[in-house]
Amino acid sequence: MPEDQALLEVDALEVHFPVYSRGVLRRQIATVQAVDGVTLEIRRGETLGLVGESGCGKTTTGMAILRLVQPTGGAVVFDSVDVGALDKGQMRRLRRRMAMIFQDPYASLDPRMTIGDIVAEPLRIHGLHEGKEARTRRVADLLDMVGLNPDYRDRFPHEFSGGQRQRVGIARALATEPDFIVCDEPIAALDVSIQAQVMNLLEDLQDELGLTYLFIAHDLSAVQHLADRIAVMYLGRIVEVVDRDQAVAGFTHPYSESLLSAVPVPDPKIERHRERILLEGDVPSPLNPPSGCHFRTRCRYAFDQCATDDPELRELDDGRLVACHLYA
Amino acid sequence: MTSGDEGLARGAQASDPSHDAGAPIAEHRSRTHATVETVLRNRLAVAGLVILAVLVLAAIIGPWVIPYEINEIDIANRLTGPSTDHWFGTDELGRDVFSRVVVGARVSLVVGFVAVGIALILGVPIGLISGFYGGATDSTLMRFMDILFSLPAILLAIAILAVLGPGIVNAMIAIGIVYTPIFARITRGSVLTIRQSVFVRAAESLGATNNRILRTHILPNVMAPIIVQTSLSLAFAILAEAALSFLGLGVQPPEPAWGRMLAEGRSFFEQAPWMAIFPGLAIVLTVMAFNFVGDGLRDALDPQQRSVIESRGVG
Repeated sequence: MPEDQALLEVDALEVHFPVYSRGVLRRQIATVQAVDGVTLEIRRGETLGLVGESGCGKTTTGMAILRLVQPTGGAVVFDSVDVGALDKGQMRRLRRRMAMIFQDPYASLDPRMTIGDIVAEPLRIHGLHEGKEARTRRVADLLDMVGLNPDYRDRFPHEFSGGQRQRVGIARALATEPDFIVCDEPIAALDVSIQAQVMNLLEDLQDELGLTYLFIAHDLSAVQHLADRIAVMYLGRIVEVVDRDQAVAGFTHPYSESLLSAVPVPDPKIERHRERILLEGDVPSPLNPPSGCHFRTRCRYAFDQCATDDPELRELDDGRLVACHLYA
Repeated sequence: MTSGDEGLARGAQASDPSHDAGAPIAEHRSRTHATVETVLRNRLAVAGLVILAVLVLAAIIGPWVIPYEINEIDIANRLTGPSTDHWFGTDELGRDVFSRVVVGARVSLVVGFVAVGIALILGVPIGLISGFYGGATDSTLMRFMDILFSLPAILLAIAILAVLGPGIVNAMIAIGIVYTPIFARITRGSVLTIRQSVFVRAAESLGATNNRILRTHILPNVMAPIIVQTSLSLAFAILAEAALSFLGLGVQPPEPAWGRMLAEGRSFFEQAPWMAIFPGLAIVLTVMAFNFVGDGLRDALDPQQRSVIESRGVG
């Protein structure tokens, strides 16, 4: 398999949620443009970090890629298969190869099921490791793989800590040997002391199993550690995509710059004199995003063209992709 | 690997590689166990359970332990008050009221359980489908339930019996239909919440079919309010049966049923109040017992639902 072949291509993905009026007629009165033309490419075996503030559409993007929400436009091509063209049954079979790890380990496990049953569920759904014995063995292997004692398979989620529950969620995601996993802020809900453990686990599993990750996070520091490339999202659109090495040197898009400046530097001397870019105002509503560049209302460089033209994602000389008229 | 996870993650594995499930478990209490314990701490619920145990016993072995045959007529001793011979006195035909009350427990319990069973079998699937699929399916089903719900329970039961004809089997069907909307509504409400939960999303992401999601994820998670409502509805179903039998639409004579005995006792209330008082007491005790147990279950299973579940009165 060639290294840099794209496993997943997302082209102009769009998720618009209709907003209806109350009452019997239920006229559509508005549209929430949660994801508004996201284009991405994830290569086999790499980790693409997707960052952006809450509500910018990161999670919806992840869900739309897995078709957990129905995209209203654009295309998702997974390993040369157009996911949008699949019928229900075909899609269900394809789910074997893609999985999702959820943000909240308390909500993502069924409280009425034992962790053994939770991890076995994907096997049951796809008829893998048939037979009680084979299935038990596979569940034990999976629990062991994520660092949980297989003896605990008969326990319920409420008997575990957040970090352990997240491990159960990871074991469940790994059960069908997927190629691609969407990690939706998998460490955001965990204690700081546990975050590193789960990050390392995800990294080890990637090396061991050759996984491809879409790693969604709201802060850059988590992503910088794990991701090969970083995509920055703002109000339903990708504004910049850079390699990790380039990200260390700095971002180009004004929004990514401000996002980077929010990451504290672990050196008090630098931290004290560092210039912080504080964004003014709130994120505009995705019900009614600004014309042209979505970021222009909070951008300190904004000029006339920003209000009229949508900036396209363009490749700069150093290979990074930026959607900003400053670099056109 | 890095794993030195918190608490109980690995540690035990080295010392106990035999995968013995019972081995290193510190405090492993199942939910069912916890629920039972909470219910047993509630004194009223325990009282209710004791009364119900006596009733069930009466219903099962009653016919073999009663002092007199239920239809044994003894005109010489008609309308005699409570005595050592006839603990609850005799009725206008000299039949032993105590024996008839004991055997009447059978009718009440059977009608209660069967009627609520019918309501569960009809209501829960309607609620599941309605809440899960939403849209037009939901509107159609729930509007139909609303129509049933808007009619007073006893009137609706009488109307159904007017169509089906009186009798104990039809009474059970009628009461079952009357209580169907309660179960449909409670189930639907819970389904609406559970359907939005992340673990249902997770099951979808694994490729689970709707059928599987409904069966393995949604149904078990909506059981708590349904169980509570079941025990409360049993009380109302028994009351409804008594009311229907009182009106002559339920159990037909000479079969003893508490509601019927109450109706028959009414004409002799001044001469022989025991004819009505004892079956009346039996009804009150049974209904109270089911309510106590229901309240106890609700506190244990579903503390948030206290104010949400409304119970539907009779008549």
